[in-house]
Amino acid sequence: MKFLCVDCDAQMRYEERELPGDGTLAVMFACPTCGRKVALLTNPMETQLVSSLGVKIGGRTVPDQPLETVRTQLGTGADGALVDEDTRRAPAWSAAAEDRLARVPGFVRGMVRRLYSEWAKERGIEEITPEVMDAARKELGLEEM
Amino acid sequence: MKRIRTYFDLPPDTGSDVLGQIRAQVERLHRRLSQVHFTLAVLSGKGGVGKSVVTANLAAALAADRCRVGVVDADLNGPCMAKLLGARGQRLLVKADGVAPAVGAGGLKLMSMDLLLASDSAPVEWKGPEAESFVWRGTLEAGALREFLADTDWGALDYLLLDLPPGTDRIEPVHDLLPHLGGVVFVSLASDLSQFVVRKAVHRVRELGIPIVGFVENMAGYACPHCGTVGPLFGASAEFDGVPSLGRVPFDPELAALADRGRPFVLERPGSAAAAAFGQAARAVRAFFETGRTL
Repeated sequence: MKFLCVDCDAQMRYEERELPGDGTLAVMFACPTCGRKVALLTNPMETQLVSSLGVKIGGRTVPDQPLETVRTQLGTGADGALVDEDTRRAPAWSAAAEDRLARVPGFVRGMVRRLYSEWAKERGIEEITPEVMDAARKELGLEEM
Repeated sequence: MKRIRTYFDLPPDTGSDVLGQIRAQVERLHRRLSQVHFTLAVLSGKGGVGKSVVTANLAAALAADRCRVGVVDADLNGPCMAKLLGARGQRLLVKADGVAPAVGAGGLKLMSMDLLLASDSAPVEWKGPEAESFVWRGTLEAGALREFLADTDWGALDYLLLDLPPGTDRIEPVHDLLPHLGGVVFVSLASDLSQFVVRKAVHRVRELGIPIVGFVENMAGYACPHCGTVGPLFGASAEFDGVPSLGRVPFDPELAALADRGRPFVLERPGSAAAAAFGQAARAVRAFFETGRTL
């Protein structure tokens, strides 16, 4: 899918996306010539169709995770079925961050923990707090995790 | 009126690069399977013919013949390979570069949706909007199968078997994912009904240009538990024009009982008529792939 600014005859560029949490998706594009912006808004079915392809609108911010589509889309997964490799050298997690992580379904929790830990480790962050999680979530585009 | 440029007039996507992401998925799949010598789909088209039992025993017979074998349970909504191979309840270790497969009877490596589900009675339920699930479910299932193939750390294998769900169309997503699929083994009963449906699957596989290894006739007669004599169950043998018969597996009540306990018959009762038929089929598969001939 591409967007063309008809007045400028210029291909519009991806700027940002938002997942409001109601199953819809908002993606903003801007014309590099005149600066005009448009938003692509998808309904839950259209959003799900894109997710089903295992692709990220706006491009990937983190490498593909093993079984990523299955882990993020399966609603009847067993909490302990997948054991993520121990990340002992990872940053510490504050109690508040652990509380928030505990709200993530167990089937995908290990993967989410690893993604946040790696993000923090790369930045020399020694403790993961809810604020760190917010920053990572926004930067990595993990709104659905 | 000003002509509006079309999709192909514009330069490649510089934002999401969806096509690039899809290409990366395909490359990852090819990298993973580069250590697999032969890929083989076990297909029927018809349900209830014992296809998964044949897959499990064919895989076990190949492993018993010192082949390194993996099995992908491609029946996402009716997964039973973990039960058939005694691998239920195994937890799978996830590393950054892949998921360690379960290990079942005979050392068979396995990936199955059954290993991931919350309970015995839990069906596969996806999180998307139910109202229009027909639009996205097939895409998601193809994606899940791709991940099973690409994200499982199979290591080096001689054979990777895919146990397909019933349906004459089920070979198509596999063909899309694995355009160089090594071959197909069909499973059928000798009944007219079974052959009627399996013929459609044979036709479709031929249209797609996938090599056909042959077919296994399951429940080909009944083996007397007392004297071992095999009597007919469906009358005449199954026949598919130009498709070689790899073996005729007689019905044996103990085969079903052992399957329920996760123990492949071919390993538990190697001297039986059914085990001999599975062994014959495995030898025919090896001859097809390794020497390019039919037995």
